[in-house]
Amino acid sequence: MKHVTRIPHYRFRRYTVFSVFILAMLALFWRALDMQVINQAFFKQQGDARHLRVVTVPAHRGDIYDRNGEPLAISTPVDTVWLNPGEFVEAKSDVKDLATLLSLDKNELLEKINANQKREFLYIKRHIDPELGKEILNLNLTGLYLRREYKRYYPSGEVASHLLGFSNVDDIGQEGIELAYEDWLKGEAGAKRVIRDRLGRAVDDIERISSAEPGKPVYLSIDRRVQYLAYSTLKAAVKEHGAVAGSAVILDITTGEVLAIVNQPSFNSNDRSQLKPGTYRNRAVTDVFEPGSTMKPITVAAALETGRWNSKDNVHTSPGYIRVQGNAIKDMKNYGTLNMGEIILKSSNVGISKIALSLSQDEQLDMYMNLGFGVDTGSGFPGESVGALNTGRLGDFERATMAFGYGLSVTPLQLARAYAAIANDGVIYPVSFMRLDKAPQGEKVISKKTSKIVRKMMQRVVSSEGTGFDAQVPNYNVAGKTGTVHKFVAGGYAEDRYLSIFAGMAPASNPRLAMVVVLNEPSKGDYFGGQVAGPVFSKVMSGALRLLNIAPDNLKMAAQKVRSGQA
Amino acid sequence: MISDNGFRNDNGRDSFTLKVVRVLHLDPFLLFGILLLSMTGMVVLYSAGDQSIALINKQTTRLVLAFAIMLALAHVSPAGLRFWSPWIYGIGIILLVLVLLVGDVGKGAQRWLDLGFIRFQPSEMMKLATPMMLAWFLSDKPLPPTAKTLLVAAVLLLLPTLLIAKQPDLGTALLIFTAGFFVVFLGGLSWRLLIGLGISGAALLPVLWHYMHDYQRNRVLTFLNPESDPLGTGYHIIQSKIAIGSGGVYGRGWLNGSQSHLDFLPEQSTDFIYAVFAEEFGLIGGILLLTLYAFIVLRGLVIAVNAQDTYGRLLGGSLSMTFFVYLFVNVGMVSGILPVVGVPLPLISYGGTSMVTLMASFGMLMSINTHRKIWAR
Repeated sequence: MKHVTRIPHYRFRRYTVFSVFILAMLALFWRALDMQVINQAFFKQQGDARHLRVVTVPAHRGDIYDRNGEPLAISTPVDTVWLNPGEFVEAKSDVKDLATLLSLDKNELLEKINANQKREFLYIKRHIDPELGKEILNLNLTGLYLRREYKRYYPSGEVASHLLGFSNVDDIGQEGIELAYEDWLKGEAGAKRVIRDRLGRAVDDIERISSAEPGKPVYLSIDRRVQYLAYSTLKAAVKEHGAVAGSAVILDITTGEVLAIVNQPSFNSNDRSQLKPGTYRNRAVTDVFEPGSTMKPITVAAALETGRWNSKDNVHTSPGYIRVQGNAIKDMKNYGTLNMGEIILKSSNVGISKIALSLSQDEQLDMYMNLGFGVDTGSGFPGESVGALNTGRLGDFERATMAFGYGLSVTPLQLARAYAAIANDGVIYPVSFMRLDKAPQGEKVISKKTSKIVRKMMQRVVSSEGTGFDAQVPNYNVAGKTGTVHKFVAGGYAEDRYLSIFAGMAPASNPRLAMVVVLNEPSKGDYFGGQVAGPVFSKVMSGALRLLNIAPDNLKMAAQKVRSGQA
Repeated sequence: MISDNGFRNDNGRDSFTLKVVRVLHLDPFLLFGILLLSMTGMVVLYSAGDQSIALINKQTTRLVLAFAIMLALAHVSPAGLRFWSPWIYGIGIILLVLVLLVGDVGKGAQRWLDLGFIRFQPSEMMKLATPMMLAWFLSDKPLPPTAKTLLVAAVLLLLPTLLIAKQPDLGTALLIFTAGFFVVFLGGLSWRLLIGLGISGAALLPVLWHYMHDYQRNRVLTFLNPESDPLGTGYHIIQSKIAIGSGGVYGRGWLNGSQSHLDFLPEQSTDFIYAVFAEEFGLIGGILLLTLYAFIVLRGLVIAVNAQDTYGRLLGGSLSMTFFVYLFVNVGMVSGILPVVGVPLPLISYGGTSMVTLMASFGMLMSINTHRKIWAR
């Protein structure tokens, strides 16, 4: 008994429902097949493009050390905050948090972001502490990213700033050693593929495409202790004498290595805001001056090398001046008859002029050139000057003035190198800022005998009878020469503006170090090279000799002092 | 398929398991499909929800609750369901009106009713109440329906549809309309009228466009050309297509879907969970999952075909087809062949409301299948 109303079977309707169902199912299957097989490569590539990123791995810049491995320039990891203004859609309160963390002005930051909406990369703040970087990342701001960078730090600050130079904010060397050895120091940035999430945070490294090749360290020839001593002494002297500038260079004469090179005025390379043109020049290398009387021992060496001159030979300097090609060359006073050593001791312009004019031009200038005047020192320091040495046909007056250091110009480093050659029995080395394991190929430019004679003459200068009295070093014999040069200014030589120079070496009996001190325009009291530059030489050299453990060669002096109760 | 519903061994006696199934009024095929699907859902959800145990616990609680409702409804006979249909429908309409008057606003639309102890979405209830009402209405009318019957049916159908569209919740309104429409269609709506309605419906599309909200228009525009606004409204679709495509044939493996886990995929544990599944389990997993759904739908349709009375047949057919529509709309949306509408993936997406509704409809299907009159034997 059918008490329930049966509806018609609607067979067609039923088949329609099943067919539509099957068709819809097939549509879904087809769609899956389409996306996951046919066009799979496209979607996968699109997906990878969203979460795979190639990021550069910055290379650690090579550190710079002194000859004993003390750090002079080191790189520390820092974070740089940047954002993609197009992606950055955070609320004002987030910008405030960000500004507070970075100690930036909120409104300025907002303005900066708004002004750069079209860009995809905007620096927010560079070189922040990585700890702070972590906090920034924890803010979870879309479009805000961190980049690992390295910041250069110079532990010696202004003491070695001219020597080291600096690298810029992008870690590229701009000056000094940083520039000269850029290729060596910089290293190769690496690249890696990382998985990033929607906020751009690296979640996982998946592949190292190339590893970062850290820069190689540089070991300089510098001895940091000597550098500090030279710097503080020079700085004090420049201040004491009211000089506008000053330089000092110390060379190891046995290798040509620079042990210290300092200048005034200086700057702190850790604080780029101080950077002013004029303060970051390494004057000892880039600036030239007329060497004045410090040329005289070199001229004497040239004469001795001809074999026609003997150290005992006398020269008449009366009446204290001579005329050459109508120009007068004067001494301070009429010294009468002087032998060669006395000419250096008294610093007689007349005497040295007469000696020079007895030589051929080649005999005189070859010596200058051989000792490195007018040519490169081989240091490779950026911006190094070669000085000026006129090698054309010269008149007698020009040759005479060159003999006492006018009419040619040198850098303090060149002068130090020439003195180092005299100290090294006439073998000259290229100057090296790099630590050397052994002496490089030198060139014999003066005979051992001549070198010895000239050193002996210069030793007298640094004695109670000479102008370099103040350059004496306790317990050591010193050989050297003072120079007091009228500055060449527009229109001729200034009467009242001087360069005070001392160039010398120690220990005189078996030299190890050569040093040049130049003070530019001392304005308070003394201006003679011996009195202004001499004490700097004395203090720095005495410290350097002790620091480098060089045996004293004049204990007699100490003993005398002990005996007389002075020590 | 099994047509005599005789759960018995060869020796003619019921096994213990079959006794349990019979006492509980369960349909073993449907039960198997639902359990397998829910467990798959948990596995996917664990991955999509960033391996949060709390999320799984919450979902399990809902699943248990939904199961209880299914069991309860399976016990109610189709006659009982039929008896309560107009009451449920009537209460639903009243609640919908209340929602419009005093409802809570959530995500820019008034959909929730706060009953003090529970927040309740009357539109969800109407997903079941509307087909129930129409099946009740048509079950004692001569079929195919007369014009007058159809007119009343149209009013019964459009009333909840329009009330929900007003909230506004166009997606749910369309789904409810579909569910009710299936009843009328299965009841014998004439093909001529159906085609006529189709044509006039298409003609009315511009009018509908006019009344749509901006966000709804956006969704349609985005659907037509997702690349037009890749960072804005098109982002969902592009990301989900990329996730599915990245899966390839074999998938990236469970918990390894990079698009899903790196936060590129939006709504990954709710509406877009299919993309997570497809990225991790690939084409093979996707086809297996769709097949499982198809199995459940087909079982539902078989139950409907074998139903003994008109009410059960119309309701069962509508519920099964609606279940399939949910699936199709969700997967179609996630794979970019349909516009983005807020329809969860049945039994897998995280969320309680739709799970309860779906399990309730399975309970009704089971009821229809297990409360057979003896005469059928």
